[in-house]
This record gives sequence, C-alpha cells and structure tokens, in this order.
Amino acid sequence: MGERHLLTGNHAASYGAKLSRAEVISAYPITPQTTIVELLSEMVASGELDARYITVESEHSAMAAVIGASAAGCRTYTATSGQGLALMHEMLHWAVGARTPVVLTNVTRAMAPGWSIWSEQTDFLSQRDVGWMMLFAETVQEAQDFVVWMYRVAEQVFLPGMVAMDAFILSHTSEPLIVHDQAAVDAYLPPFDPLYTLDPAEPRAYGGLVNRDHYFEIRYKAFEAMERAGRLLVEAGEEFGEALGHRYGPVDPFMMDDAEIVFVSAGAMTSNVRYAVTLLRERGIKAGLLRLVAFRPFPFEEVRRLLEGRKVAVLDRNMSSGHSGIFAEEIRSALSMGAAPTEVYGYVLGIGGRDIRVETVLDVADDLMSRDEPARTLYVGVKGLPIGPARADREIARLAPLEEVSP
Amino acid sequence: MRFGIPLEERIEPGNLGCQGCGGALSMRMVLKGLSDDTVAVIPACCWSIIDGPWPVHALQVPVFHTAFETAAIMATGIKAAKLQQGKDTTVMAWAGDGGTFDIGLQALSGAAERNEDIIYVCYDNEAYMNTGIQRSSSTPIGTWTTTTPDERPETRPKKNIMEIMAAHRIPYAATATPAYPDDLLAKVEIARDLRGTRFLHILSACPPGWKMGSGDAIAAMRAAVDSRVFPLYEVRDGLDVTITRWPEHEVDPEAYFAMQGRFRPLLDDPEELARVRRLIDRQWETLVARHREHHPEPAAG
Ligand SMILES: Cc1ncc(C[n+]2csc(CCOP(=O)(O)OP(=O)(O)O)c2C)c(N)n1
Ligand SMILES: [Mg+2]
Repeated sequence: MGERHLLTGNHAASYGAKLSRAEVISAYPITPQTTIVELLSEMVASGELDARYITVESEHSAMAAVIGASAAGCRTYTATSGQGLALMHEMLHWAVGARTPVVLTNVTRAMAPGWSIWSEQTDFLSQRDVGWMMLFAETVQEAQDFVVWMYRVAEQVFLPGMVAMDAFILSHTSEPLIVHDQAAVDAYLPPFDPLYTLDPAEPRAYGGLVNRDHYFEIRYKAFEAMERAGRLLVEAGEEFGEALGHRYGPVDPFMMDDAEIVFVSAGAMTSNVRYAVTLLRERGIKAGLLRLVAFRPFPFEEVRRLLEGRKVAVLDRNMSSGHSGIFAEEIRSALSMGAAPTEVYGYVLGIGGRDIRVETVLDVADDLMSRDEPARTLYVGVKGLPIGPARADREIARLAPLEEVSP
Repeated sequence: MRFGIPLEERIEPGNLGCQGCGGALSMRMVLKGLSDDTVAVIPACCWSIIDGPWPVHALQVPVFHTAFETAAIMATGIKAAKLQQGKDTTVMAWAGDGGTFDIGLQALSGAAERNEDIIYVCYDNEAYMNTGIQRSSSTPIGTWTTTTPDERPETRPKKNIMEIMAAHRIPYAATATPAYPDDLLAKVEIARDLRGTRFLHILSACPPGWKMGSGDAIAAMRAAVDSRVFPLYEVRDGLDVTITRWPEHEVDPEAYFAMQGRFRPLLDDPEELARVRRLIDRQWETLVARHREHHPEPAAG
C-alpha cells in the first residue's frame, strides 16, 4: 500500500495536502516554507490536484482566504513560517471563532530581528493560546501524515489545526517515506461535511456582534470541542495505523519503562535525543525519552503517567522570556495536578538554529546528573558560558557583546 | 420622473443604524440591485453593529463578519469556494472608508490586482464612525474629528481611492450616493452583470459624525454631488471615465460645508477654504477632461 519516495519535509507536507484533497489553498512565500506551496501550485496548475490556489499579497490574507473558503464549505490548506505565522495571528483567532477546520503547516523559524531563517519553535509556540490544535512532526513521513491526521480530527470538532516542522532540518532534508495510496487516504478521511456553507437559501449571519450573555457559551463550545479533540486524536492516530500503516499518538515514549532520567523534546531534534539515549544506555545510565507530538490539546494524562517521580530534562528550542522554555512550563503545570513529586529541569538550547547535536544532549545529561535541585531555565551552548541559569545580577551594558565571546 | 428602483427588499425593516444613517440606506439600495444568490462580507465598521446582535440580523443574505482589514480577501476566499463547488454566487465585500482606504487597502489592492470576481462596496462616511469619529485617510481637509480637534483639524485632502482602484485596471469602479438612488442602482446593476473586481464608492452621510441633523442626510449627500465635492462617475477598465451626473443646479461648496458642524474649522479659515475650492475645481476639471477623452462629443449639461 502506498509508494516509497524520497522527499523533503516540505514536499511531504504538499503531498499531505494533496492526499487530503484540499480544495482551496492560499499561501504566501517565506523561507523555509516556500517549496511547500510551490509544489502545491504546480499540482493545482497541472490538474493533478483539483483545487483553487489564491496567490495572496500577505500571510494575513492567506489565513483570511482559507477561513472564507472553509466557511463556504471547502477543505482548505495553507503553510507558513516565522514572521508569516506571526502576521496571521489575528486571523488564527478568527478561524477558531468561525469554527473553520483549516489545516496549516508551519515550518518553525526564529523571529527577527536579526533576520534568521533557522529553526526555533518560538514562532509556533507563540500561537499557543489561539485555540488551534498543534502537532509537532519529527520525520518527513510525519510532515505528510500529520496533515491528513489533522484534517481527520479537525473536521470532527470544527477546530483548525497546525503542524510544525523544523526549518531545514526537516523542511529541506530528504528522507524516504511512503506516499499513501489515494484510495486508502480517501477511506480514512471522508469528504468535509461543514457546519455551514454561507448558503443564500439560509441567510444567517456569522461572527457578528454578541453580547455578554452569549459569548462565553459560544467560546465554551470551542473549549469543549478541544477537549473532545484529545480523545479523537488518539482514536484517529490508531486508525491511521490500521488504515495507512503508521500509528500515531499525542506522545511518543522511548525506553521509558525503567528510565530514571528522562528527556522531553519535540520535533526533529528528537532524533538526536533518541540516539543520545541509546548511547547513555550503553554507558549503563537509565535514560529515556518522551517526545511530545501533540501540544494542543496537551496530553496531560500521558505526561503525568510517564514522567511522575523521575528526573526530567525538558529540552526547549524556544523561550518564554521571563519565565521558562515553553515545554518546561507546560510539563510542570501538568505535573502540578496530583502527580508524585517530579524534578523538572528546563534546558533552553538550539535558539536561532544553533545545532543540537548528539553531544549537546550528552552534555545536558552530564549537567542533569550533576544537579539535585530542579532548575527553572538552564541555557545550553551560549558561547563562553557553561550550562546554567541567566545571570540576573549582570549589569546591563550598552551595545557591548558578551565579553566572553571571541569576535 | 420615474425611478428604476426595484421594489424587492433584502433587508428587514429593523436594524441598529442611527437615524439618517447613509450607510444603512446604501446597503438597502445596493441589495435591491443584486440577486438573492448573494453573500455579504462585513469587516469591523458601523455595519458590524447595524446588522444586529446575535441571534438576530437584518440582512436577508448570509453575512460573514470578518476582521477589519480583510473584507476583500475574505470575499475572495468565499468566492473561490463557491466556484470550486460550481456555484456562481455573488460575493459582496461591504466595508467602511477605514476598512477600505486605510487598514484594508493592502488586501483590497491584492484582490483588485488579481481581478478577483467580487463586488467591493465602500460606504464612505469619511471617518472611523464605529469607534467614535476619528479621522481616516478619507476625511476631507479642514474637518473636525475626535483625533483632528478644532485646534488641529485635518490638513490633508481626502485620499482619492477611485484613482487608486482605477490604477489597478479593474473592469468597473464607480462613485455613487443613496441620495441619487437611480444613479446608484444603475451602477449596482452594471457591476452585478460584469465579472472581475467591481468597486463601488458610495458617499454615505453620518449625521452624528458630520454634526448635522438626521433629517439633513439626503440633502447633504446631494449637495456633495451638486457642489462637485463628490462627483458621480464611473471608470471602466481603469481608463474610460464617464461622468454620470452633471450637476443641474450648482451648489456652492461652502453651502455644502455649512450644512455640517464638522467643517467649522474649515469655514473659520478663509485661506484653507480658498485652497479647498481650488482643489475641488481642479479635480472636477481633471475629471471632465478625462470624460471628454472617452466621449469625444461634448456631453450634455
Ligand atoms: C485590527 C483592528 N483595529 C482596530 C479596530 C477597531 N475598529 C473597529 S471599527 C473601526 C473604524 C471603522 O471605520 P470605517 O471603516 O470607516 O467604518 P465606519 O465605522 O465609519 O462605518 C475601528 C478603528 C478593529 N476592529 N480591528
Ligand atoms: Mg467610516
């Protein structure tokens, strides 16, 4: 079933949209997302994909266009990255309120200034509270499959969903994958059955003025739908395995049974973390890995069950300045509700696309084993500085580089 | 005189418009000229309120409310879906001057440049009225608004949105006002039957914002046309200009300004007023020259 291909993460995402039979696509170019939409526009132009492609003048408009098309009853897709996702922000909220199950692929990219096209998760995680489902792909296969999986759930709960993949490490790296058989995907993903279609025979108004006596209930329904989405993601992920040969779930544990120290990570860097865990095991260290696949809805149960009582290093390629790495915050909050005491160490690394190598993870392991007090935020790999917390007592120097950094 | 205004209404009698709201009247007139197979897109503006709070609404066509700057693109997305579904529904974006001249200009320009198959209507009350009368780039020189107070009134001319839209070489762009409903309806019907981006710029009085009595709305909109402050014309394919109403009995621009409290700073400043008069004359002459270019016979009037 399906065919083996060698594709980049970006082209895999395009195939995800194609296999899902997206009907209206609108997007705006931004490195490193661009090749996703280039391939899709070729597919539409050649007739390989029966869809309309709207070449808008901005990401804000791309998101508005797909919301409009979804509200009128079509399956819609878009893709963006970094600045583009930030520009979409207002309309990301709109997609939730309008209950339009748009699916978006975001190639995670560091935010300017300074201009950086390299991998970092902060762009994606900054959209945490808009009310979209959020998944992190680790492989090219997942970059494709998560689009299909996401539609399957999104269209049952009428909520939009975004899939993250790392800039370059995944977006521009070719890996073998199975491009599924169209008939098998069709059997897994039925046609979109919209909530409403803006049919002039039923002249209703959508999204207008709503007073304080109704707004809460309208939002509550969306909150409830997101809770429901948690169950459906699990079910649809298992069915994906039955129908298409790859089983997915909101978390992906590795060597967790007897693990004493556990890494938590998400996205493509997880592959190096997984390898580091096997090396640590060879050294006799009981290491494990919990990969977060779903970020919204957050897999509270799984996180609590798998992490409680262990020594946890959360690896954040992102930062909520003034607080912690964002996964670290979320993991601590999941563990605050009835879990046995668990030591959570927040490590922030790989900012702006700085490499996260297997050795980097091994350095974190050494640091973790040397500590016995949970730490909020430990920065890994800042030039000239050892792994450690930010220096709050540091004088603010005008326009001076970190003096430890060699020019 | 017999008006060619259809009897059908596509708006319920009750809505939240203020008394004398030109925008509410514009909507009523425009919908008369469209078909039942129409969807309206409304960004943030007075009309987000006028249509009514959930669960009621006044329009008898579906309304999709959208963000302030997205009228044109939201209409585009809806139209794309309708076409993909094999339907030829008319999708009308309906925005204020703020949503058109200012924050929505980028998306509008994008849609117009691609010649998206939508009707875009700007009901122009020459300020941000929803938020309480702040200037927009449509606010004329010498106007008082809450952000251009008497001590520092508007100093720049109203942006010429028609020239901007014509520069996109769209099939149809026209000015209108509900105070001349026959002219307005004729333009709506032309727009309805064309394809591509069609732009209607409708001057729509706002009695509270223009600081005048609600009973003066129609007279003010007529005076705007007859004083040549707001000429009625259309532009086909971005180049072919036709003046559709030649003022029969000319009104002095000053008389138009004097009807409205918002122009008090202008009326108090003779130099500025002289500048505005020259501007009105020059704009009219330019328009007439362009009309003559397209209609070599001297037009009546
Ligand atoms: C992004 C954004 N900025 C600001 C607003 C607040 N806002 C709502 S309506 C409006 C003014 C609308 O002016 P206009 O388009 O001229 O329509 P009018 O209210 O005059 O009919 C503003 C500033 C908003 N809704 N969204
Ligand atoms: Mg206005």
